[in-house]
Amino acid sequence: MTEALDSPGFATPQVSAGAGNLEAGIRQRRRDRARRERIGAFIYPVGMMVALIAVWEAAARLFSIPPYLLPAPSEIVLSMDSNSAVLIKESVGTTFEILLGFALSVAVGVPLALAIYLWRPFARAVYPVLVSSQAVPKVAVAPLFLVWFGFGLLPKVLIAFLIAFFPVVINTAMGLASLEREKIYLAQSMGLGSVATFFKIQLPNALPSIFAGLKISITFAVVGAVVGEFVGGQGGLGYLLLIANGNMDTALLFAGIVALTLLGIVLFALIGLLERLVLPPHAVERASFAPETM
Amino acid sequence: MNKIANDEQAYLRIEHLSKVYATRDGEVRALNEISFTQRRGEFISHVGPSGCGKSTLLMIAAGLLPPSIGTVLVGGRAVDRPRTDIGIVFQSPVLLDWRTALGNIMLQAEARQMNRKEAEMRARELLASVGLGGFEKRFPHELSGGMRQRVSICRALIHNPDHLLMDEPFGALDALTRDQLVLDLQALVNERHMTVLFITHSIAEAIFLSDRVIVMTPRPGCIDRIIDIKLPRPRTLAMRETPEFADYSRQILELFLARGVLREH
Repeated sequence: MTEALDSPGFATPQVSAGAGNLEAGIRQRRRDRARRERIGAFIYPVGMMVALIAVWEAAARLFSIPPYLLPAPSEIVLSMDSNSAVLIKESVGTTFEILLGFALSVAVGVPLALAIYLWRPFARAVYPVLVSSQAVPKVAVAPLFLVWFGFGLLPKVLIAFLIAFFPVVINTAMGLASLEREKIYLAQSMGLGSVATFFKIQLPNALPSIFAGLKISITFAVVGAVVGEFVGGQGGLGYLLLIANGNMDTALLFAGIVALTLLGIVLFALIGLLERLVLPPHAVERASFAPETM
Repeated sequence: MNKIANDEQAYLRIEHLSKVYATRDGEVRALNEISFTQRRGEFISHVGPSGCGKSTLLMIAAGLLPPSIGTVLVGGRAVDRPRTDIGIVFQSPVLLDWRTALGNIMLQAEARQMNRKEAEMRARELLASVGLGGFEKRFPHELSGGMRQRVSICRALIHNPDHLLMDEPFGALDALTRDQLVLDLQALVNERHMTVLFITHSIAEAIFLSDRVIVMTPRPGCIDRIIDIKLPRPRTLAMRETPEFADYSRQILELFLARGVLREH
């Protein structure tokens, strides 16, 4: 990062031209560096992906791996293309289940966290049960839901909810509890009522943590919906995976996985977008995982 | 010294106040038998070693913590809930990250349902008076530590409180910033004839700002001595080099040496 500053050939024109230009030059350099950084953050992982896919393609062709074991990326793309109508149709169904499960997670998780935070006896009764209930492998409960709720939309939504609501509860409760005592003192000295304190101070203070929970939750909801379709599916991407598997159509299997992955990324990105809209920029940076820091 | 004699003038009266905390290692007496009065318009500093309970005293005076024994009277009325007639400044700025400098100050105005326009004008004036004109739209993370504390002081002043309570407000700042903020504070306080209760562990800060300095003993915190500071106002940085200032400083130092707060090997 210092090469431009150190090498005498570069900086001379701005430096000799006076103080105002020096600052402009440095600002320009900083902007350039930031742009390079941004491009780099994009180029490196994409380059890595491209390289991996190229190796995969080459290996599949070179060693003529049978397509039912490992289809080449090009075959997966072809399969995606020829099955695009089915993939899109099943994606819509699965997305619907995911979103319903996620919405239910938020609708139940946030009030539950509130109750846990505000009502001490409730917290003492519910919190330990809630935490220990997470030891139950939720996937194993799926067949039970089938028995109870049949084959329709409901069991899938409920399984997605069951898997996805816990991070919402935990992160919301943690966010609410993370308020410093001084902020409460401050609110009291201002005569701010408890409701106003909650909406003006406590809730905004908890939002970064709540959004962290929502991001985990949406990815969990994808898993939940697919598990639901595995167990009692009559449609959806999970069901498509089962069918493809049964037909030894591994290319379609991969196509389904790609579709699910894309779906997960899009939903995650939507939550991220919402976060950016709701939170001030620096809070988003602080809350999100920063892979650049090595 | 200043006992419960001059009743009419007393604004804040603290009587036989003690505070005991229950901790894992048993009970800790943080404050012991504190009694003093503060007149309206008076600047009182409490100076003492860390852990002498002076911050606790401020919290009790603000009605934010209950005393174990004793009473706090403000204008003759006992304090039994958080006081809202105060402006309070903590050691850390306690700003809301998601609000701008102006927005943080306006929180006070919103809580008190002040006229928005007028309050905003006042907030801008206050910011300008502490050298933060043009920083209204900055978020706390874009400000230095000293700037943040200035914002927090403006927030404590926007509603023209009767009583300003400050808990080591400059403790976390570098020496130069401290000097500037002490001068800023003096200007603000003189202009408004404010009543200020100020907690510090800096002897120079206490002498510079105060009408009276209350020297505290180590835990359990008692009042060791109350020293009247008779330096003319407004005080200047040069005054810190005068023999009078040095004399006050020596008085307090000697108390600290006598109590073992300081040790000259």
